[in-house]
Amino acid sequence: MGFASESIEQPARGYELRIVQEVLLALLAGEPSHGYELRTRLALALGPLAESLSDGQVYVTLGRLQRAGLVRSKRVDQTDRLERKVYELTRSGRERVAAWLRDTSWPAPAPAVFHLKLVAAAAAGLADPVVLVKLQRDELLLALRDAQQKAWDGPTGSVGGLLLEGVVLRLQADLRWLEACAAHWSARG
Amino acid sequence: MIRELRGPVLWAGELCKEYGGGAGLVRAVDRASFAVSVGESVAIVGPSGYGKSTLLYLLGGLERPTAGTVRLAGRQLDGMTEGELARLRRRALGFVFQASHLVEELSAQENVELPVLLAGASSRRARQRARELLTQVGLADRAGHLPSALSGGESQRAAIARALVNEPAVVLADEPTGNLDTATGAEVLRLFGQLHAAGQTLVVVTHDERIAAMSDRVIFMRDGRFVDQSTLAGRAGPELGAISGLDL
Repeated sequence: MGFASESIEQPARGYELRIVQEVLLALLAGEPSHGYELRTRLALALGPLAESLSDGQVYVTLGRLQRAGLVRSKRVDQTDRLERKVYELTRSGRERVAAWLRDTSWPAPAPAVFHLKLVAAAAAGLADPVVLVKLQRDELLLALRDAQQKAWDGPTGSVGGLLLEGVVLRLQADLRWLEACAAHWSARG
Repeated sequence: MIRELRGPVLWAGELCKEYGGGAGLVRAVDRASFAVSVGESVAIVGPSGYGKSTLLYLLGGLERPTAGTVRLAGRQLDGMTEGELARLRRRALGFVFQASHLVEELSAQENVELPVLLAGASSRRARQRARELLTQVGLADRAGHLPSALSGGESQRAAIARALVNEPAVVLADEPTGNLDTATGAEVLRLFGQLHAAGQTLVVVTHDERIAAMSDRVIFMRDGRFVDQSTLAGRAGPELGAISGLDL
């Protein structure tokens, strides 16, 4: 990454920020859909984590995609439903979905960012790295507790539960690494 | 409030355990002090081979400390004879180990009955308690099976039933998920969660982060010493969506 002014103003968080857009585009690649159908399918995929999804978010994102020329909407005659607008992909929307599916980038790994924070804090004498590790560890332990609880509360074998399994495994790995950080920085303290 | 009135059910003061001597001296447990309240669940975590299991054996009176004191259910362990210790263990403690240590010749039901009979109860009472406990751990339909016919997760659940059958003041567990794969480990974990919710006092030595996360308090141990602790009970966690890589 360079030091161009735009990358300072807009840190690279593309993958995370784009995720709802990309998923909606991919869902629309199957068939044209109403907004509420898309919201239902997204909520199902996210399982218990769908509570982070606000009601208007799908519609706001669809509007943004429409302005970007990736999606178009049309009105359909329908007597049994309040919502008559159906969304479908444009040609560039289809191209975007194909590119997303081929994209193998993974969410930015937390270790590098956190590791550099510890190194910088120690070098500048800003904070005790061991204290920073403890703060982070408590936060991840609490997240692990909540993810486990949600996995137990949910139906077994659900697709949303599969996401939680990934969250649990990831947090376990992160916590294991934080223990290595604690041991390293304690020995130097 | 009741917890404060009763005081700690398990208390350790400046516990030390040394092996060997001279240049070969190993301090497996080094001045460990802590108190566990009634109904509290405590996880002791840290790398393997750094005194966690030894600490558990000292707390349970299975080994004697080089120095320091343990008080369990109002009784001081040092100075007790082996016989007194054994009686106190039967009455006040339930042990769960990494391996289930079930008696191979006895059925799951008979394994769970054993501690009740050893405590002097009638065989009828033992049968009834064992049935209750096996139902509680979800093994009612496996009660007649020998340990060799049980899966790893089932054996461990039977071992937990055995540990609970005399209504111990404290359950001490040493790596209870250590021998299990992720999915069967999760069964045992969930059972511990239910025990905790039901008010059972638990002290678990583990390097399984999932057990640590569901405890009221986590004590971090390194080189035989307590180096840190975190209280998780009553604290709100972060937004899970953000933790999982979503930014909705």
